[in-house]
Amino acid sequence: MNTNDWLQLALFIGLLALITKPLGIYLTKVLDPAGKTPLDRVLRPVERLSYRLMGVDPSREQGWKSYTVAMLVFSAVGVLFTYAILRLQHLLPLNPQGLPGLAPALAFNTAVSFTTNTNWQSYGGEGTMSYFSQMVGLAIHNFTSAAVGISIAAALVRGIARHSASTLGNFWVDVTRTTLYLLLPVCLIFAVFLVSQGMIQNFKPYETAKLVEAITVPGQDPVTEQTIAQGPMASQIAIKMLGTNGGGFTNANAAQPFENPTPLSNFIQMLSIFAIGSALTYYLGRMTRNQGHGWTVWSAMMLMFVAAVLTCWWAEAHGNPVHHALGVSVADGNMEGKEVRFGIFNSSLFATTTTAASCGAVNSMHDSFTAFGGLVPLFLMELGEVVIGGVGAGLYGMIVFVVLAVFIAGLMVGRTPEYLGKKIQAYDVKMCMLALLVLTASILGFTAWAAVSAWGQAGLNNGGPHGFSEILYAYSSATGNNGSAFAGLTATPADGDMHYNVTLGIAMLIGRFLMIIPIMALAGSMLKKKVSPPSAGTFPVSGVTFTVLLIGTVLLIGALNFLPALALGPIVEHFLMLNGQLF
Amino acid sequence: MKSALSQIRPAIVSTLVFAVICCGLYPLAVTGIARTAFAKQADGSLITDKHGTVIGSSLLGQNFCGDRYFHPRPSAAGANGYDAASSGGSNLGPTSRKLADQIKERVAAYRSINGLAENQPVPADAVTASGSGLDPHISPANAMLQASRVAKARGLALPTVESLIVRNTDKAAFGLIGEDGVNVLKLNLALDSLSTDGR
Repeated sequence: MNTNDWLQLALFIGLLALITKPLGIYLTKVLDPAGKTPLDRVLRPVERLSYRLMGVDPSREQGWKSYTVAMLVFSAVGVLFTYAILRLQHLLPLNPQGLPGLAPALAFNTAVSFTTNTNWQSYGGEGTMSYFSQMVGLAIHNFTSAAVGISIAAALVRGIARHSASTLGNFWVDVTRTTLYLLLPVCLIFAVFLVSQGMIQNFKPYETAKLVEAITVPGQDPVTEQTIAQGPMASQIAIKMLGTNGGGFTNANAAQPFENPTPLSNFIQMLSIFAIGSALTYYLGRMTRNQGHGWTVWSAMMLMFVAAVLTCWWAEAHGNPVHHALGVSVADGNMEGKEVRFGIFNSSLFATTTTAASCGAVNSMHDSFTAFGGLVPLFLMELGEVVIGGVGAGLYGMIVFVVLAVFIAGLMVGRTPEYLGKKIQAYDVKMCMLALLVLTASILGFTAWAAVSAWGQAGLNNGGPHGFSEILYAYSSATGNNGSAFAGLTATPADGDMHYNVTLGIAMLIGRFLMIIPIMALAGSMLKKKVSPPSAGTFPVSGVTFTVLLIGTVLLIGALNFLPALALGPIVEHFLMLNGQLF
Repeated sequence: MKSALSQIRPAIVSTLVFAVICCGLYPLAVTGIARTAFAKQADGSLITDKHGTVIGSSLLGQNFCGDRYFHPRPSAAGANGYDAASSGGSNLGPTSRKLADQIKERVAAYRSINGLAENQPVPADAVTASGSGLDPHISPANAMLQASRVAKARGLALPTVESLIVRNTDKAAFGLIGEDGVNVLKLNLALDSLSTDGR
């Protein structure tokens, strides 16, 4: 933990703070159907043409039910679209490796995974997916699932900002404008930058290199060649990061050198994971005419983030005493599963960022982290990914906690809780609790089932408590729509057992849609309410007190729900590791 | 139900519209710009020998075992390591016996190959597998410990080899972001072009 690392952490948070306001202001223009942007000259005609083809009247706003139904239908079509492409991969173009179509369970898991912005990889990228599947079947969701998340967040914020109203925007307009004005232009620049760093962008078949030194393998012919995976990678990675998707082009994701060639590409990728989620807190402040509230939410997120980074970084820098005893240099930390160009710090920062947001890209193998180093990403996902969070999903998740914090504060001082002048009533709190309990039930329920089943244990790569952690991580990641993994877990076993792929797919659907529906109901309820003018008894939702209260609420609920499960996994493993107990 | 049916047309049409724009025009635009501005990178930063044969990528590690070469990190990519069509790590956890056994074996091998003392600590990157299994780098400390072995095997002076290590180190960005790493493939190729004595 040297000075350079501390400077990088400061630089990361400083740059994030700097881009939050300008990007937030741009977001308010994108999410306003009449908003003016510098790109209007090029994109307005495309936007208008899209509405005409869709048969959508952009001036007609929707109520919360209609908005939600539109989102559900759009997502259902998206799942079917990708399922069909993956199953029929062998018949479709851009498949120079001649890869076969995917099995039904794997195609279902993958289609759901990308539609829900999870991007869990049950498949090995370069060995399973044709360029067409990557570029169309998967990449379309990198854009649309991100746009859906941002739209839902915008709808919820409008529900809070408007009063005595009945509509909260038009889903088709929000999705279209977010994709065209926000995601596409940023990705275009970002992708070109990534290529400049060494990321590949081509449609060539895999390259064969003649090795400099042939490698002898006992009992086999010597290895003389290296097959190098190729493909249109940069265009996909740009949106994978910006849209907090995280589904890798290659199996090793952002650890693979083409997919993350330099420390600089790594740093900008981490910033891009947080960019939109961070800007959305500014959007919240701007729309509710209470910028202090937006920054308060941002500060609460950042404080939790810094605490998480420090814990993970500390654990990884201290390394593994078991390995130290074998002669590994103590000063180097835990390098298993990490890349030299990123080292301990940038691997820990990436792991924390990707799980604080619901990105799920990895630049190091979380499965090989130390016990506490691995606990941090796991716990961040279980908190609901509200520390910046996924694009849109982080903000709407955090607003649930804001409402609960206001409710708890109201109970403590004995007044009717009010959020920005609106009374929080039983219905609102029920919807918030429903959104959170659904997540908890899915994570713990599926984990318990897998942990006691033969199919669940068959997929493990590690024994002892670490094996349990692999299962817990999988369902936390799927339910949280994160997509990172303790990747030793084999969800697609050779014997064709479908349990993991199907249950993980269901967990992703629960985590996405059963969370969004109560949140949209909350938006609909808030929308109708009248605003009462602030009085001496109004609880302020900006400032230090509320920051502390909000953090307390998030941690309290997270800890109550998940500490018992964590004690069986990473916590007990930590003490076993210190004792040198191996499995 | 009626309202759901009325959303089917926009759902299907918008999926197709986004497919054309985000999955057709956008990647083609990126490819066009990339091929114009950064053709070498877009193709995978490939290295060719004097006959034009591709012998690797400067971004991807290759395995080296001989005394005359610097050795890369252990790799868990593919059956024999460094399979650039099957990237991945070991995914072995902190209390894995298999991992501890592997590390024990690698520590012993590293010390004996490079002539280190029995109790000398070994750089972590030399005995652990990377996340991708294709890590092109080793740490500068790791390279320096291998330098005298390589110098001896090639009959070169130690300072010559050490200066090649420095020249083939990819630096942290702006001296701040990320870590210095010695590019093993580039370093070994530089060694080969230096000593033309054949094998």
